[in-house]
Amino acid sequence: MNQFFIFVKKEWLHIWRDRRTLFILIWMPIVQIILYGFALTNEVKNADVAVFNQSNDVATTTIINEINASRYFNVIKYLNSYNEIGSTFRQGKIRMAIVFPPNFQDNLLQKNYAQIQLIADASDPNTANTLTNYATAIIHDYQQSLNQNKDLPYTINTNLRMLYNPELKSAYSFVPGVMALVLMLVCAMMTSIAIVREKELGTMEVILVSPLKPFRIIIAKTIPYLFVSIFNIACILLLSVYVLNVPINGSLVLLVMESILFTITALAIGILISNAASTQQSAMFTSLLSLFLPTLLFSGFLFPIESMPWPLQIISNIVPAKWYYIIVESVMIKGLGFWAVWKETLILVVMTLVLLGISIRNFKIRLA
Amino acid sequence: MRVLKFLLQKEFRQIFRDPSIFRVLFIAPIAQLIILPLAANYQIKNINLAVVDQDHSQYSQILINKITASGYFRLKDYSATFPQALQSIELDKADLVLEIPNHFQKDLVKESKVNLFVAANAINGIKAGLGSAYIQQIIQNYNQSVRMQWIQFPRFDPQPIIDVEYSNWYNPNMNYPYFMVPGILVMLLTIIGSNFAALNIVKEKELGTIEQINVSPIKKIHFILGKLIPFWILSLVVLTAGLIIARVIYGIIPLGHYLTIYIFSAIYLLAILGLGLLLSTYAQTQQQSFLVAFFLIMIFNLMSGLFTPIESMPHWAQVITWFNPVTYFIEVMRMVILKGSGLADIKNQIFAVLGFAVFFNGWAILSYSKRS
Repeated sequence: MNQFFIFVKKEWLHIWRDRRTLFILIWMPIVQIILYGFALTNEVKNADVAVFNQSNDVATTTIINEINASRYFNVIKYLNSYNEIGSTFRQGKIRMAIVFPPNFQDNLLQKNYAQIQLIADASDPNTANTLTNYATAIIHDYQQSLNQNKDLPYTINTNLRMLYNPELKSAYSFVPGVMALVLMLVCAMMTSIAIVREKELGTMEVILVSPLKPFRIIIAKTIPYLFVSIFNIACILLLSVYVLNVPINGSLVLLVMESILFTITALAIGILISNAASTQQSAMFTSLLSLFLPTLLFSGFLFPIESMPWPLQIISNIVPAKWYYIIVESVMIKGLGFWAVWKETLILVVMTLVLLGISIRNFKIRLA
Repeated sequence: MRVLKFLLQKEFRQIFRDPSIFRVLFIAPIAQLIILPLAANYQIKNINLAVVDQDHSQYSQILINKITASGYFRLKDYSATFPQALQSIELDKADLVLEIPNHFQKDLVKESKVNLFVAANAINGIKAGLGSAYIQQIIQNYNQSVRMQWIQFPRFDPQPIIDVEYSNWYNPNMNYPYFMVPGILVMLLTIIGSNFAALNIVKEKELGTIEQINVSPIKKIHFILGKLIPFWILSLVVLTAGLIIARVIYGIIPLGHYLTIYIFSAIYLLAILGLGLLLSTYAQTQQQSFLVAFFLIMIFNLMSGLFTPIESMPHWAQVITWFNPVTYFIEVMRMVILKGSGLADIKNQIFAVLGFAVFFNGWAILSYSKRS
């Protein structure tokens, strides 16, 4: 056992003495949480719009002011001709153009009917949709204010309640995603590189002739990274509670235990990659392309899985991060207990056992 | 110049003789480009709906039919009570609950006023926002049709109506891959270019072969150029492969000129490769270099407007994006491919990226020291 701890210590010193790597391992989750918490949001707001107003009357000015006053739009330009719309779009300055036809107010008050044209830059379909919806809502509000004194008969009101996240903050879905991403990165990527590095530099030979069993060699290599990840989890949770105000509604112990389970899954993947790769470069790129991107895409925190084509929905099931994300979301945000996540936990356990089994069987005691 | 020629020969041989580099450089990005845009789809459809219908009337049935027929919603289950429906939200079986109260039809007809309850799982804010907007729209339309049934409107509608007409330019079919593919191509080029450049010099350091170069009469600038040019050419080849895939698989034909794309890419790649080489001159091990490059590129990609819109960021974050070369490239790719912008439209971006290229490469040449 003593030998084993010496190995762990050796591995730890490797990490500890490479200050730049350690610096990044510790700062990566912190920077990510801060970026996701404060800078990045799926919401659409402050979109720049241009107005082509052919009426210039009270009604159009009021509507433009209402639109400009909302937090979704900034009116940045008034256009003088229809042709200008195209060139302004091409310069990438605006997301939407609003066109008022001539005699807007006269039509509205006398014929009770007027038109507005909204031209959205649909190269980003989602933003285009959202902006059109917002603008339509503002225009409808204005229309409603015109016939305020008339009470409409046969009205269905909808009472809307946003559960778990009434302010619709993006941080609620990003925090669990960042946890999955960081753990996957630190554990799988770093272990695989650390093991392959010894192969590439030739020091693996020295280790392999030592009396320690191969199984223990691998475990010793992974333990320091396990500790780094636990430290990272602690940082992320502290930041999300005290800086982003995302609460931990469920049991903290359960959350930490599940995170450690996921960490072990990630370590197993790291060992597997290191078995297959012969150079650090190929280990890095394999982990980058086969772990980082799938975790980003298939964990469901950036893109809804149910909108993907069905083959990808099936593939997403073999990405461990997806299950971990569901677990964190349920425990941390919804505040559910183990009864709600035992299935996901079981899947992670089985994945981990299979991965560890394969990687230990394939661990070569002899170098080629 | 002769020195440079030999250096290039050496670098190209090293690249072509390592099959793993080749695999990573071509097969991986192409596979990514085919799969990623299919996955990176923000379009919200198939929202799972749980209905608590306590009225069981003709009216509630029509409303439910209208909602399911809209195509946005999938009716997951009828729950008897609201708490039961809430549980299907907890277990992620439903995203949205619609509760139709008892006497819905009676109250609507007799009292002329009735309330419906909608609850959304708002952990994913955008999904909850769009889902509830869709359902409210459907309810409103339904409301309108009920009203039409019960009141005889005069021939000329007494209330003023503003008719909002929409048009979606540049992508009228709202095709999401059109938007994502150019951005993802940029992301892949950036990851590959910067990481390869970042690993290259440091690999020679780690394996000790840098000694031989240090004692040879190669000038610093030749050495850096010798590293830069091969990856620059290979990255342009990857770009070409990417554009071909975009055209063949996703049917994306740029409205602007291919030449505009290539001119901008050529300058951009100099900048991003220069950044990689710069990191490489400072790092001691490949692990270190890779991690630093990965860290920077990750921040660059997140802050580039690829996945989330830039104008929604707070001001300080928008200032950061001005110092991010990836932002400019993504902007330009989307502008040229989707809107047909020309060189004159993107001149600001060209100057910005040119500045990055000079800055990074200049620094890399200065910081590369032949003494270890």
